[in-house]
Amino acid sequence: MVNLIWLLMLAVGIIVSAFNGHIENVTISAMKAAELGVEVAIELIGVMSLWLGLMRLAEEAGLVKGIARIFGPAIRRLFPSLKPDSPALGAIIMNLSANILGLGNAATPFGLKAMQELQKENPTPDVASPAMITFLALNTSCITLIPATIIGVRLKANSANPTEIIGTTIVATGCAMFMAISVDYFIRHRRKT
Amino acid sequence: MNVIAEISRWAIPLLLLLIPVTAYLRKVPVYESFVEGAEEGFKTGVRILPFLIGMLVSIRVFVDSGALNILSHWLHPLFALLGLEADFAAIIPLAIMRPLSGSGALGVATQLINEYGPDSYIGRLASTLQGSTDTTFFVLTVYFGSVGIKKYRYALKLGLLADIIGLIVSVWIVTKVFY
Repeated sequence: MVNLIWLLMLAVGIIVSAFNGHIENVTISAMKAAELGVEVAIELIGVMSLWLGLMRLAEEAGLVKGIARIFGPAIRRLFPSLKPDSPALGAIIMNLSANILGLGNAATPFGLKAMQELQKENPTPDVASPAMITFLALNTSCITLIPATIIGVRLKANSANPTEIIGTTIVATGCAMFMAISVDYFIRHRRKT
Repeated sequence: MNVIAEISRWAIPLLLLLIPVTAYLRKVPVYESFVEGAEEGFKTGVRILPFLIGMLVSIRVFVDSGALNILSHWLHPLFALLGLEADFAAIIPLAIMRPLSGSGALGVATQLINEYGPDSYIGRLASTLQGSTDTTFFVLTVYFGSVGIKKYRYALKLGLLADIIGLIVSVWIVTKVFY
């Protein structure tokens, strides 16, 4: 499915550009995007090193285990396949907390760390484990309490009440998150029996 | 509201203070451990680089071609048929963009907010949509790629389902709360 979507976006983009008579845009877009990829990765290396360094400290101080013990019971229900003291739980909780607080660039390092830990417990290394799928469903539909960026955009556009969309946003993502978790739970249980 | 904003503001400085202090008190060689952990950051960054570039190129070529505008133009009569507001079709590029690219979606949302006004129906809907759900497609490819997963199984369908629910609920709740 990913292969198909990837190809479709590329092919449709090129065909539409050709029909619009802007075929040269394809070249520019592709080159710019490739450069941007490197920029994003380099930026990410900086933040990621910072957070993974801090995460290592937290691990060695026993803090990650502590957090996992406090919030673990609720989270663990969603990840029945994980060991109760799995180091992945700590990283998952840190990732979700960062997402909820809207700390986007702190969330990614924890998320990638969580994936690495989940991969260690994955019996089939090139196939996604159920725990990974649950984690990604949670991660991509996660509630953000303050959508700071969009509030900034509204403020600049002279909104009478820039923050009035916080409530609607929380309801929308809350429903999406609930739906993702429920369907995931349903799928996992149906496959087991 | 203000409490949550304050927590967001203080969260990182407090973590930066409390984690190293606790670690030091528990006899962890703080600086050396930090550096050891940080080393992983570089490796992870390099590992996700090809996935980032692959995705960004495909998404950019698609978006810059203007294909989304053509699509929303086609869908215009369909929404009129469904009894939704006429300019509802303006939201379609954002809805499609949201799971693909974070910066791309923000660009479309900003443009919609400036064009229709932040306190218009489209402006509020765009704001709500932008804040709800993440860039599913992008996160999946990069996260799975970083650990070498090739078969996603039902992950993508699940993520996109959540996005569709997010879209439907956004439309419903914005209409309900503001109109």
